[in-house]
Amino acid sequence: MIQFENVTKRFPGGQEAISELSLSVDKGDMVFVTGHSGAGKSTLLRLIALIERPTSGQVIIDGQNLRRVRRRKIPAYRRQLGVVFQDHKLLYDRPVFDNVALPLIIAGVSHRDAGKKVRAALDQVGLLQKERQRPETLSAGEQQRVGIARAIVTRPKLLIADEPTGNLDPDLSLEVMRIFRRFNEVGVTLLIASHDISLIEKLGCRRIELDQGKLVQPDGDPDAEDELWV
Amino acid sequence: MGVSRHSDAVSPVRKSGPFSIWLTRHASTSLGSLGKLVRQPFASLMIILVIAVTLALPAALGLVVKNARSISGSWDNALDFSVFLDMNVSVTEAEALARLFEQRADIESVQLVTADEALEELKASGGFSEALDQLPDNPLPNSLVVRPSGVNTGQTIKLLQEELATLPEVEFVRGDTDWVQRFHAILDLVRQAILIGAALLGAAIIVIIGNTIRLDIQNRREEIEVTKLIGASNAFVRRPFLWSGFWYGLFGGLLALLLVQTGLYLLRDPVARLSGLYQGGSSLLALGGRTSLAILGIGVLLGLVGSWVAAARHMRRIEPR
Repeated sequence: MIQFENVTKRFPGGQEAISELSLSVDKGDMVFVTGHSGAGKSTLLRLIALIERPTSGQVIIDGQNLRRVRRRKIPAYRRQLGVVFQDHKLLYDRPVFDNVALPLIIAGVSHRDAGKKVRAALDQVGLLQKERQRPETLSAGEQQRVGIARAIVTRPKLLIADEPTGNLDPDLSLEVMRIFRRFNEVGVTLLIASHDISLIEKLGCRRIELDQGKLVQPDGDPDAEDELWV
Repeated sequence: MGVSRHSDAVSPVRKSGPFSIWLTRHASTSLGSLGKLVRQPFASLMIILVIAVTLALPAALGLVVKNARSISGSWDNALDFSVFLDMNVSVTEAEALARLFEQRADIESVQLVTADEALEELKASGGFSEALDQLPDNPLPNSLVVRPSGVNTGQTIKLLQEELATLPEVEFVRGDTDWVQRFHAILDLVRQAILIGAALLGAAIIVIIGNTIRLDIQNRREEIEVTKLIGASNAFVRRPFLWSGFWYGLFGGLLALLLVQTGLYLLRDPVARLSGLYQGGSSLLALGGRTSLAILGIGVLLGLVGSWVAAARHMRRIEPR
């Protein structure tokens, strides 16, 4: 699903956020990217979302070589992805429902169909009763769940999340991870950047650790505890 | 698991036809942009007022020139000129000549003034009838009063006069139409000046709307970034701003019409007096339906151009960071 081949991202200053990175994530995997800040986690996700272009190397997502995605085609490409942000990036001038419906509106889904899909997405994150509320009246955890509902409302095959639990306390973090886990169970591939090692270890998913743009630990621990999900 | 019962939705998102999507999107975006305008009534009104005044100014001046033209057009007799014939041209010959002249496209009508009629007129008006009685012969020639047709300009009237003067039967041509021509030349000049001024004011409207939209784009920078991040195209992000420009232009145009009509209403008495003096119709000063539509159309066009320029310039630069 995700394939990096010798990818280097060098910024104008000469500093390399990602250097000669190769990795691959299979369809249906749930993988965490860890590493301290500045290790290149965000850049990795930004390369996948085509917010950045690699200096060299290839990024292949679901069979598409991103080098061949032209500027004009970026919006259409991004519509295939679900993206969750640390700071939610909700629009505070409109209710929860409209925030979640936005990707559908952009994709040109009819209003009637959009309503059903939005409620399904809100139901999955447990916010069905809050669709008329404004985002600022919600707690941080709820806002993040709105962000997740928005990311999954178009049923993407791949969901990427940048520090989705960065602003949440442990209980809320676990709740968010549970939601992610449920998507994974229906076949969604997830790539989640996080520095919350203890939480990740509880989940027992594959882990990719980055340090100065390079892979530290090629594989996670397949025998990690999985009792949380039993 | 909450997910399992929605697993059917993994099938591709069902979409309506492209045209109905396009229509629905525009309908909802246009209403949304209108709503934004209404929610900031003061700011919107200021911009609309500026646009209206800028549109109304050249429209009103153009109307004045149009009317000055139609007033001067009613001075038909001012363009008449006299063709004095040779002394030995008889009345019959003069009548033949008059008929010949009347066949020309650039002459509307010809009136024969015989030598006798001219003398009678002179006696009646001059007051020296006694002196004239002393004369043994009528010293006046037969003459033709020529009225040029409407197709003529000041230039062609001059050429016509010169051409008629070369005829063997013609002694000389006298027409004092210089001042009318000068008046027309001045009107032409004013009209040109208004056109240039209108072009400059149109550019000003584009700048005003462009600047308004630019500020709007900057205020909504975050929203634009987020929508682009989740897959909105430039066209999608631009659409509400184009509609804002459209509404500014449309309302500006409507208000401009209202301003001009109000001005006409306030001027109705003096205008009635003036048109009475020149035997003009009372419909003299009025904004025609086509002109009104043109003002609205120009307003909308300038609004769209202004917002397009601003959106094209600034939208591309706003990319997710």
